[in-house]
Amino acid sequence: METEFTPWASLAGGLLIGTASVLLMATLGRIYGATGIVAGVFFPETLRDWAWRAALLAGMAAAPGLFWALSGQMPAVQVPVGSGLMVLGGLLVGIGVTFGGGCTSGHGVCGMARLSIRSIVATATFMLFTGLTVYALRHLTA
Amino acid sequence: MRILSALLIGLVFGCGIVLSGMGNPAKVLNFFDLAGGWDPSLILVMGGALAVTYLGYRAVLRRPAPLLDRAFHLPKSRVIDARLLGGSAVFGIGWGITGFCPGGALPMLGTGNTGVLIFLAAMTAGILGARSAIRWLDRHGAKPAPFRH
Repeated sequence: METEFTPWASLAGGLLIGTASVLLMATLGRIYGATGIVAGVFFPETLRDWAWRAALLAGMAAAPGLFWALSGQMPAVQVPVGSGLMVLGGLLVGIGVTFGGGCTSGHGVCGMARLSIRSIVATATFMLFTGLTVYALRHLTA
Repeated sequence: MRILSALLIGLVFGCGIVLSGMGNPAKVLNFFDLAGGWDPSLILVMGGALAVTYLGYRAVLRRPAPLLDRAFHLPKSRVIDARLLGGSAVFGIGWGITGFCPGGALPMLGTGNTGVLIFLAAMTAGILGARSAIRWLDRHGAKPAPFRH
């Protein structure tokens, strides 16, 4: 599946992601890590802790609807694999981010922005393995 | 106030994911496919997000406390161990198979796409299972020797 290079939309999207990370730190004093937010919704320590994470998730899930209201179309989601591989990949992502303590948002954006060595090592590791996996699936097994 | 702020901040993040293309697995995988039809868009997503967060954190973390809580909640761990490396590697393999990372997939829940639902259900099961496994490992003293820096 080919996709078009979208420099301006992607830069604008990146700036919004960064803005959300800064705002969450400025208001609630928290790292914007998608992994921790999902885990916190399922394992709440207190109701107060559960509520802001659930609200954050609701806000995130409202974005495609807003996009649809403004542009008249839903954002593109081109899924590359069937349900079986989706389940396997989803399990690996869930296990990996829990042991690794974060994902692209928590380590890749927030942690690297704090110049955390731990996050820089984690990000380099998962980017490398993502690239190797894509190469193996697309060019070695084709 | 905390809930309203979180709702709006989540919406800003979600709009960023939608606009940037991070919620579209095909686009994400094409970024990693240097040997195929390479789509460099994700460099701009990461670069833009990192630049804003780096500068914003410098300003925000200078304050004594956030606006709606008593203190900042910053991760204290500085350990680089087998869990960090192995977990990140496993996450990378899963990201390479599906094209979804947690932050990219969560906003796309709002599209109702079946692939997103399947991915998120499996990811949540993985998180729950791994948390139980970590608790078990900690109880049985199988904590790997950490490398501190």
